[in-house]
Amino acid sequence: MDIFVQQLINGLVLGSIYALVALGYTMVYGILELINFAHGEVTMIGAMVALAVIGALLGANPDLPGLLVVVAGVLVAVPACMVLGFVIEKVAYRPLRKAPRLAPLITAIGVSIVLQNAAMLIWGRGYVSFPAILPRGRHEILGATVTDLQIAIVALSVLVMVGLVLLVERTRLGRAMRATAQSREVAELMGVNVDTVISATFVIGSALAAIAGVMVSAYYGLAHYYMGFLLGLKAFSAAVLGGIGNIMGAVVGGMLLGIIEALGAGYIGDLTGGFLGSNYQDVFAFLVLILVLVFRPSGLLGERVANRA
Amino acid sequence: MSLLRVKGLKVHYGGIQAVRGIDFEVGEGELVCLIGANGAGKSSTLKGLMGMVQCSGQVTFGGTRLSNLATHAIAARGLSLVPEGRGIFGRLTVAENLDIGAYTRRERAYVRADLERMYGLFPRLAERRSQLAGTLSGGEQQMLAMARAMMARPRLLLLDEPSMGLAPLMVQKIYQTVADIASEGVAILLVEQNAHLALHTSQRGYVMESGSIVLSGPSQALANDPGVKAAYLGE
Repeated sequence: MDIFVQQLINGLVLGSIYALVALGYTMVYGILELINFAHGEVTMIGAMVALAVIGALLGANPDLPGLLVVVAGVLVAVPACMVLGFVIEKVAYRPLRKAPRLAPLITAIGVSIVLQNAAMLIWGRGYVSFPAILPRGRHEILGATVTDLQIAIVALSVLVMVGLVLLVERTRLGRAMRATAQSREVAELMGVNVDTVISATFVIGSALAAIAGVMVSAYYGLAHYYMGFLLGLKAFSAAVLGGIGNIMGAVVGGMLLGIIEALGAGYIGDLTGGFLGSNYQDVFAFLVLILVLVFRPSGLLGERVANRA
Repeated sequence: MSLLRVKGLKVHYGGIQAVRGIDFEVGEGELVCLIGANGAGKSSTLKGLMGMVQCSGQVTFGGTRLSNLATHAIAARGLSLVPEGRGIFGRLTVAENLDIGAYTRRERAYVRADLERMYGLFPRLAERRSQLAGTLSGGEQQMLAMARAMMARPRLLLLDEPSMGLAPLMVQKIYQTVADIASEGVAILLVEQNAHLALHTSQRGYVMESGSIVLSGPSQALANDPGVKAAYLGE
């Protein structure tokens, strides 16, 4: 029982990170019907930039309060990724707006490769470790352990997601985004500058990715130039699971995927009589992706992808 | 001085020329119709005016040139197109559709007043304000599309086939609304296949045939023209 609760908690933490990244995929897809495969790399850059800032601050004064240092890292990483997202759209996707759908997919992969290699050149091939400067309190709940960091990740994720939903549902920009997602042509007729809306979508998605990047590196205690690849694929799977193009879908899909993964990793040993271990954790995301694509391609809360693709 | 002046407007899609250099005008507060058969280039003309398709020629609106402006910038200058097929946002509510109609306007108090005015003009929309627009009937959607366009406080309203696919009673209602809007002093350029209806509502008209304007004049005179009668009015 306690392993179940423990894995549920771990899954929730992982899931809220997936959800933040999945939101970026789903928002862009909703408006452009484009999978921004460079999005995972934006997450990685967010983590790397934050770690660079954290390292620099600690190098200057090791006695600075840890929480403050991490917050400073986030405050630099978020705008850096926003700029990056803006530039990626402008350079890699906007010139191909009227091109066949395969073309921006290829540039997306190209941007990914460029960002990975740039990160490798700047920060090296090895792991960059996240200094242990955050509060490390532990709490017992139903026989399971919850750390301060886990609570902070989930709470911050929920806060950010509520903010995003409010932005999309209540603001003028959000209304323009939803209108643009339904018909770019008619939105233009209403006086909406669709290019601005598309840029804003990339910028917002990238901000969420930066936050997720810092969270994931804090959670695992490290960052790596290649970390965006797997994280991006999993978040993409989460977006598909929830129904790509649907914001609530990305949240639900992310949380569910995190929980499925954690429970899968927790029980796979027992279920296979020890033949497979928890290192097969990554299999579950893709198993879910395949099952969803076969049995419910529109996702759990999905719109009809078929007639939009 | 006319509100809209078009000189030598050409629209082409790749190699196909849909509009072959037409001249026309719409005066301040005037209701002008553009009639012609299917494929004559009427919708392409409207899309050309809004900058939605590749076009050349001179378009002057209220004294300023519109050529080469982006669609959203043209809309912000006071041209509102109700597109063929209405183009309502089905997954937004009726109220949100109306709200986005006023996207370019910043004075919230006036927008709110206009919203109430639209609900007064279209009580059916008021009843369904929080419903998703996709659940409305065809006629209600046409009303919504017109009300949404009016929320921008346009100086010139472009209507593309407002009667298309509607029951006769609803068509009557829509045309009553067109007349109401015109009586408020908004200039209207009305594109219709239903020549009878269009000529009876408008003051002036142009007849389009395979990309060119072949006839123009007061609507009354056009309605009595033997050629128009034979080709478009079925008399």
